[in-house]
Amino acid sequence: MTTRRLPRILKAVRRTALQAVPTVIGILILNFFLLRLTPGDAADALAGEAGAATVETLAALKSKFGLDLPVLEQLGGYLSNLAHFSLGVSPRYNQPVAELIAARLPNTLSLMGLALVFALVIGITLGALMASFAGRPTDRVLSVVALLFYSIPSFWIGLMLIVLFSVKLGWLPTGGAETIGANLTGWEAVLDRARYQILPALSLALFYVAIYARLTRDDMIEVRTQDHVRTARAKGLSPFAVTRDHVLRNALIPVTTMAGIHLAGLMGGAVVVETVFSWPGLGRLAYEAVMGRDFHVLLGILLLSSLLVVAVNAAIDILQAWLDPRIEVR
Amino acid sequence: MAPLIDVRDLSIAFPRATPVRGLSLTVEAGETVALVGESGSGKSLTALALMRLLPDAARIASGEILFRGRDGTVTDLARLDDRALRRVRGRDIAMVFQEPMTSLNPVLSVGQQVAEVVRLHEGLSRRAAFARAVELLDLVRIPEPRRRVGDYPHELSGGMRQRVMIAIAVACAPRLLIADEPTTALDVTIQAQVLDLLDALRRDLSMGLLLITHDLGVVAEWADRVAVMYAGRKVEDAPFETLFGAPLHPYTRGLLAASPRLDAGQHYSAGALAEIEGSIASAAGEEGCAFAPRCPNARALCRAAVPALDAVAPGHLVACPVTTVAAQREARHALAFG
Repeated sequence: MTTRRLPRILKAVRRTALQAVPTVIGILILNFFLLRLTPGDAADALAGEAGAATVETLAALKSKFGLDLPVLEQLGGYLSNLAHFSLGVSPRYNQPVAELIAARLPNTLSLMGLALVFALVIGITLGALMASFAGRPTDRVLSVVALLFYSIPSFWIGLMLIVLFSVKLGWLPTGGAETIGANLTGWEAVLDRARYQILPALSLALFYVAIYARLTRDDMIEVRTQDHVRTARAKGLSPFAVTRDHVLRNALIPVTTMAGIHLAGLMGGAVVVETVFSWPGLGRLAYEAVMGRDFHVLLGILLLSSLLVVAVNAAIDILQAWLDPRIEVR
Repeated sequence: MAPLIDVRDLSIAFPRATPVRGLSLTVEAGETVALVGESGSGKSLTALALMRLLPDAARIASGEILFRGRDGTVTDLARLDDRALRRVRGRDIAMVFQEPMTSLNPVLSVGQQVAEVVRLHEGLSRRAAFARAVELLDLVRIPEPRRRVGDYPHELSGGMRQRVMIAIAVACAPRLLIADEPTTALDVTIQAQVLDLLDALRRDLSMGLLLITHDLGVVAEWADRVAVMYAGRKVEDAPFETLFGAPLHPYTRGLLAASPRLDAGQHYSAGALAEIEGSIASAAGEEGCAFAPRCPNARALCRAAVPALDAVAPGHLVACPVTTVAAQREARHALAFG
């Protein structure tokens, strides 16, 4: 069964990779011109922060970073860099962009991953509960909770979580990525980092919890009325087994699609949440790059996010084909 | 010995309606009983009630469903708790549904769906259950079962899917098989194959078969006994030869007259086909016999009270006072004048 599908999946991966190249180049060129629309550049930002820069210093900075060249020439230079697998150098940090991103990427990926796991586990559990008690008080109360999660902005949820769990209860740290100067190793280091991740991941996840809960609830209620669920009951399966093996399995297909679309959105949400929790991730790097007009860093991050979106979409296609045999991997 | 299943005075109620009233029905082991009626007569609800699979809004308002288990003990399914009921479903009583297109889970292979029921009731391991699934697919005459076992429902034709449904139903060699319009959604050419298969399995596994249908052609070929339902009540119950040879209830007569027969030279091009005037909707709110508004022989007494089922001959029950009286008079006449 699975073996029969494997060659088709490999073919699909190769095709997706080929399609991704022109898409990503298009995105890069578009982003490059969009960023030029913002007033000022890295030299202006640096000079502004220095406080007292002469016209000569500014001109020297611009020529050093190549910012005085015509725009098209700058683009050509950037693309030729890319062709040599270089993302360029950040004028602000005076460091290769690839190094800057590599240092922050694991933090953001683990934050996004944990947030997605939270969102799916909590969301599907709540949704299954709501569907089981549809129309009864449990369902109504949880619906209101989901509506609250949906409508409260993540930065405010983040702040309130800090107030509750860090300030009042003192259970979890307010921000950062690890206990500074603790020099932990092995499992202790992992647990220490996990403690720092819980609150940011939760505030990032709650919005999606609301969506998945709602989606799971409605899908389950719809699937439950389908004929094959009656067949499952006629087999003598317990209500739990019917829900787990027949209802949920079918109801999760749309949830998977949404989760795939959301994974890219999580990166956008990370900008806000990382700032609230001073989490050293890509989101904060992007924020700082915007403020400092550090376009090379920003373009690098945008390139990475578009690659991420392409990769996730391909992964979701394959996952869906595995979940739903009616979908052919084309 | 007690019949395999003995339904006594069963009524099924929704909050604002009672679509099945005072229905009694028996099926013996190894016997095929056809439950016949038009859409809305309550035959499918009756089938669901036997397995206690009624929709949430419906409930069994009264009556008993006495089922004789493998060890000979008789239990009332209408009052059985859920846990005990789950041991009956799929193992002692199994059901084949009308729509093979939607009655199988689209995301599980047919092998998994067959294996599921033997794992549940016979406690087989995953591997053994899968091997059993291949055997069962072979039993229902699916070609190349070893290859087909990994197929998903959308990869099979309607007839093949219905065979898979039958494989699931007979997986644990049930005592009673309920088939709710098993061939309605299928091609005419496939219908006969599926019914032949059901009939062969009934013989081989000595099951009782309750065949729910509105197709009198199906009844004539495969049923031992026929129960005719109208508007939630049984109006006639007879061995199939009697019912087709000498139907008594005006509704049964109407049904038989309305089915065109090639051997009788009937064809739609020769003239209008016979029909029963009116619709089953006229039964709503009727005080007496539900069929009275459409009945050519209706009298005042028909509207006064619901007619009781009378035995006009051994094994032949009819719920029509006008017919019964006439039949008895005829019988006396024959006695007196030879």
